[in-house]
Amino acid sequence: MTTPFVDFRNVWLAYNDELLAQNHFAVEDISLQVHEGEFIAIVGPSGCGKSTFMKLTTGLKMPSRGTIHIGGDPVTGPLKISGMAFQAPSLLPWRTTVGNVLLPLEIVEPYRSSFKARRKEYEEKARALLKSVGLGGYEDKFPWQLSGGMQQRASICRALVHEPKMLLLDEPFGALDAFTREELWCALRDLHAAQKFNVILVTHDLRESVFLADTVYVMSRSPGRFVVKRDIDLPRPRDLEVTYTPKFTDIVHELRGHIGASRQPVGGSTVPQ
Amino acid sequence: MTMSKSFERWSPLLLLAVILLVWELAVRLLRVPDFIFPGPVQITQQFGQFTGALMEAGWKTFWVTMVGFGLSIVVGVLLGFLIGSSRLAYASVYPLMVAFNAVPKAAVVPILVVWFGIGLGPGILTAFLISFFPITVNIATGLATLEPELEDVLRVLGARRWDVLIKVGLPRSMPYFYASLKVSITLAFVGTVLAEMTAGDSGIGYLMQTAGSQQRLPLAFAGLVVIGVMAMIMYELFSWIEKRTTGWAHRGSQAI
Repeated sequence: MTTPFVDFRNVWLAYNDELLAQNHFAVEDISLQVHEGEFIAIVGPSGCGKSTFMKLTTGLKMPSRGTIHIGGDPVTGPLKISGMAFQAPSLLPWRTTVGNVLLPLEIVEPYRSSFKARRKEYEEKARALLKSVGLGGYEDKFPWQLSGGMQQRASICRALVHEPKMLLLDEPFGALDAFTREELWCALRDLHAAQKFNVILVTHDLRESVFLADTVYVMSRSPGRFVVKRDIDLPRPRDLEVTYTPKFTDIVHELRGHIGASRQPVGGSTVPQ
Repeated sequence: MTMSKSFERWSPLLLLAVILLVWELAVRLLRVPDFIFPGPVQITQQFGQFTGALMEAGWKTFWVTMVGFGLSIVVGVLLGFLIGSSRLAYASVYPLMVAFNAVPKAAVVPILVVWFGIGLGPGILTAFLISFFPITVNIATGLATLEPELEDVLRVLGARRWDVLIKVGLPRSMPYFYASLKVSITLAFVGTVLAEMTAGDSGIGYLMQTAGSQQRLPLAFAGLVVIGVMAMIMYELFSWIEKRTTGWAHRGSQAI
């Protein structure tokens, strides 16, 4: 295999020096290798350091120990080749939907310096992107005129508009109802299939992770560690029907078992160390 | 439906009419002398009698207030921007600001008189001092309460602090800003009148002070009415601008 696109080697992170001195880490000994275009999901109970992992990957936080390479280069600061979306769409209410999607282009180079001159072109691009996730006709509406699912689609468009190589999603569908969530799974699946960017999806929904990802990592809670890596060998393209097959259910069940296992020390009588 | 809507619109005037009626009736039935508590009719008569003097004093108070208020917008916004955008400034300036704001402005006027003499200076400065604090606090709050997720989204793209402030912070604080203008403008009038009463040689405050000392209460009350009307008009003006420019923040009422 070629060199991995995302390469974490024994990464530890403590949020500040005080915690570091106490050996209190938010994530411990994280190692993972992700190949170009791979879709990985990280699952685990809340508070297990999933969001910390995202901050490390985007370069918003530097590891206390270990090294992170992205695209072959060591991470030294915020990584512009990444786009992020969160559980809250956090769209700006005074901008229209297309205006919100354009926001990154006003900030990130090389778009920033040519934004005024090529605004028309960029706007077309944003509109095309919105159309591709089924928001055609809603481009000039304000975010508060859209439903929750539509807002989240727009938020994902905002993360993708500068054509990042890596899309980071932190529980992006967590606040949506089950049917809307499944619709958005498919929207994300199609975007990924068409554009082949890397996706790192942080979630606590096991079905979501198995349906979407090539590889699922299970994280344990405090300390945040990877306990299991599971390749999902379901053939692509995957249809929602696949979620009702025995094989799918088996994988979900298996992962659920790992999460149960990884939590046992908390309730158990013997605590290691 | 439309009946109740239009009723709602006219209800302030209706309430005013009821209050005036009760007031007039009370004054007449209880035979309160007009140098103690004049009725609305008598106050209105004063307007006819002293139109020129009231207009002149009103205009004077108005523009002194506006100059002070203009100052407080400029200073308030700049200071709020500073406090809201820098953690250090927030920590160091804010407690001092609170202490300063707690100082009764009436106590400051004599000091201002010593510095600037009788006349416009104390009026403008008192209006400014009394009204800039709400503006500062509101701008600072709007800037300081950014969603951390949104900040991450932008920072990862290489956004500088300035970008985040201009693209997100400032527009976000606009509704707070307009809300503070509505509070501040009424305070500014209070400041001007306060200075005119203690150290003025013109304006509504001075007129009321003089009228009061001569026991001409109907005229003093007329002065009060002038102030009230001016403050109300300015308040409505800012409400209107607010609705025009930051409608997105009031969508709940608009959607229906």
